[in-house]
Amino acid sequence: MKEFDRHKMGPFRLFIHQVMQFILHLPKNIVRLIVSIGKALKKFAVFCWRGFVSFLSIFIKGDIITKISYPIMGFGCMLRGQLAKGLLYLGAEIGFITFITSFGWNYLKDIGTLGVNPESEYIDEITGIIMYRPADNSMLILLYSVFTLVVILAFIAIWVMSIHASYRAEINKKQNIRLVPFRQEVRSLLDERYHATLLTGPTVMVFAFVIIPLLFMILIAFTNYDANHQPPGNLFTWVGFQNFRDVFGENLTKSQTFFYLLKWDFVWAVSATFLNYILGMVLALMINKKGIKGKKVWRTIFVITIAVPQFVSLLLMSRLFGDSGPVNIILQNLGFNTVPFLTDGKTARVMVILINLWVGIPYTMLITSGILMNIPAELYESAKIDGAGVVKTFMKITLPYVLFVTTPYLITQFVGNFNNFNVIYLLTQGDPKSVWLYQAGETDLLVTWLYKLTVQYQDYNLASVIGILVFLVSAAMSLIVYNYSAAAKREEEFQ
Amino acid sequence: MASYKRTQQLSNGVVYAILSIMSVVWLIPIAWLILRSFQAEKGAWITTVLPQGYTVSNYVRLFTETTQFNYPRWFGNTLMVAVFTCVIATLLVLMISYTFSRLRFKSRKAFMNVGLILNMFPGFMTMIAVYHILKAIGLYQSHISLILVYSTTASLSYFIAKGFFDTIPKAMDEAATIDGATRSQIFWRITLPISKPIVIYTALTSFLAPWVDFIFASVIMKDNYDKYTLAVGLYRMLERENIYEYFTRFCAGAVLVSIPITLLFIFFQRYYVEGVTGGSTKG
Repeated sequence: MKEFDRHKMGPFRLFIHQVMQFILHLPKNIVRLIVSIGKALKKFAVFCWRGFVSFLSIFIKGDIITKISYPIMGFGCMLRGQLAKGLLYLGAEIGFITFITSFGWNYLKDIGTLGVNPESEYIDEITGIIMYRPADNSMLILLYSVFTLVVILAFIAIWVMSIHASYRAEINKKQNIRLVPFRQEVRSLLDERYHATLLTGPTVMVFAFVIIPLLFMILIAFTNYDANHQPPGNLFTWVGFQNFRDVFGENLTKSQTFFYLLKWDFVWAVSATFLNYILGMVLALMINKKGIKGKKVWRTIFVITIAVPQFVSLLLMSRLFGDSGPVNIILQNLGFNTVPFLTDGKTARVMVILINLWVGIPYTMLITSGILMNIPAELYESAKIDGAGVVKTFMKITLPYVLFVTTPYLITQFVGNFNNFNVIYLLTQGDPKSVWLYQAGETDLLVTWLYKLTVQYQDYNLASVIGILVFLVSAAMSLIVYNYSAAAKREEEFQ
Repeated sequence: MASYKRTQQLSNGVVYAILSIMSVVWLIPIAWLILRSFQAEKGAWITTVLPQGYTVSNYVRLFTETTQFNYPRWFGNTLMVAVFTCVIATLLVLMISYTFSRLRFKSRKAFMNVGLILNMFPGFMTMIAVYHILKAIGLYQSHISLILVYSTTASLSYFIAKGFFDTIPKAMDEAATIDGATRSQIFWRITLPISKPIVIYTALTSFLAPWVDFIFASVIMKDNYDKYTLAVGLYRMLERENIYEYFTRFCAGAVLVSIPITLLFIFFQRYYVEGVTGGSTKG
């Protein structure tokens, strides 16, 4: 559709148009997504292959000095006047070799078995003290192996870079081109290669605290690292896809729990997101209504409740609605029976959704207030002339307009709610427990289940399977929308 | 016209009524928290709705009886972690988002997509591994580890700031380049000074994170009470064996944490909303 058509359309028709377009394009977008993932993989494979080929061809083409640079990194650079650069490469090589021989290899050699000697006690015959035999620790073997593998990959990249640098030095020397002085290369880090400067720190941190732990946990999904296999006393080992098979039917309790919680997770995410959204907008509309005095006061009252940290307000709520909490006391004093607000499965589920409204409505109010004020006043006036009532105006003008503007926000909210740890854990801790659920309760979401499995029950393998599945669900939801959203495509247009 | 006015008044009346009821519902828990923090008698479960007697001793004892739960120390810990996290995370986020928004290099798209994908794994799936890594590098139960982890997590949510930088006209950079500025100078001297809203938003969210996170902090600190942050400490006070003795003190402590956070939030509301809605408010 052309741009000028868009402006002629009313916001409601525009929104319907958007929704229709989204649904119509959904299959295409999914296909496109899969294709683009395939393309990215192919690109990566081609990149690696090309690197490998040039790595070999330089060895054949290069002179003896360049050839020596293969085992002794930076040799070519040093001989051809780039002493500092060459020394840096050589330093990297020495560092790498010391790392592998003194640390990395000790763990990497056991990665196939994850260790065979569990810790055992024996009594030292001379002193009579209980001693421990030096033992393998599957957990450390796996963790440090992952670390070593990452270091090896990084080293290979540096190695290839050093070879290229040596070869470039050789060619430049032959053609009598002056080499770029080291100082200028360093200076380029503040200009042409400023991205390298800015990204190095964050990349190292992300590798240390996100990527390596993540690789480790993904690998755990293929082991039997559970409560019964805790190293160093009990080693764990590879089990292939057994944990995934368990979740998808082989183990009845586990798969039952997974699908039960998955269903509830979706119900929760949908109701939490949309109820909060609609009711929050209604609240914003009421506060912004013409003729309402003290707008700022009303707004501040609700904003205060957002600002109070969630762990305070939610813990408080869980006490308020506890079996012998104040709400039940009031009910008793009034002559009613007490209500098991958070201790009966069904009631608890309704209650967490309701209490989440208390948390979420002011938040939506705050976010949508600004947008509401941007709605052109003419739209409302013409609606009034046409005799539209309050509800009709809301359904036909306000809601579509705001929906149109905040669709991306709504999607992030949905994914956020799907993984909303705080509200559930602080309110009910996933309870009430249920006999037929595996280490979980009625109100548990997949993430709170995951948390309990790791921190309380040490079923790391099952937890990481759940983590991978949660990732797949949220990634699919976000990527489809991200592919669809125009913002991604318009990125360059703004600038 | 008179009838129009009448309906208008009537509907405003209805709206006032609804708003008042809602305000009461929303303020009751907070009022209850404040009342309990001044309650004289012990215990979480009392049979009356309102406290029988009032006292400030809950507040006083938070700061004087520090053998088991050292509230002032937790406050100091949290403040320190928050300040450092705020500085480091803000720098990281701005650096990353500026790079992705303004600089063009070979693997830009690949980096961005990896960041996006990493962000979609549930955060505490990796907690146990992070714990062991921190132990391996000798940062076990230290505040540095909290700062590092909070900053790293924050740096992955660079998207909002990147969206902001995308809206700054590129012509400014080009003009500066012609005048001989390096990219580093453009970043520090030209782009950052005009990016106040996003700097404040990033600083605010990363400053608040340590005050409200109790999951990661509790996994790292285990039972090292002196190193706790406020969230973990206050959570401990509500555990079954402590709740009778400490419930009123929990309320007092919670009120004291909430005051600075609420003030910060109300003061910087505008930036917060701008940050969350980002470019979308511009339609």
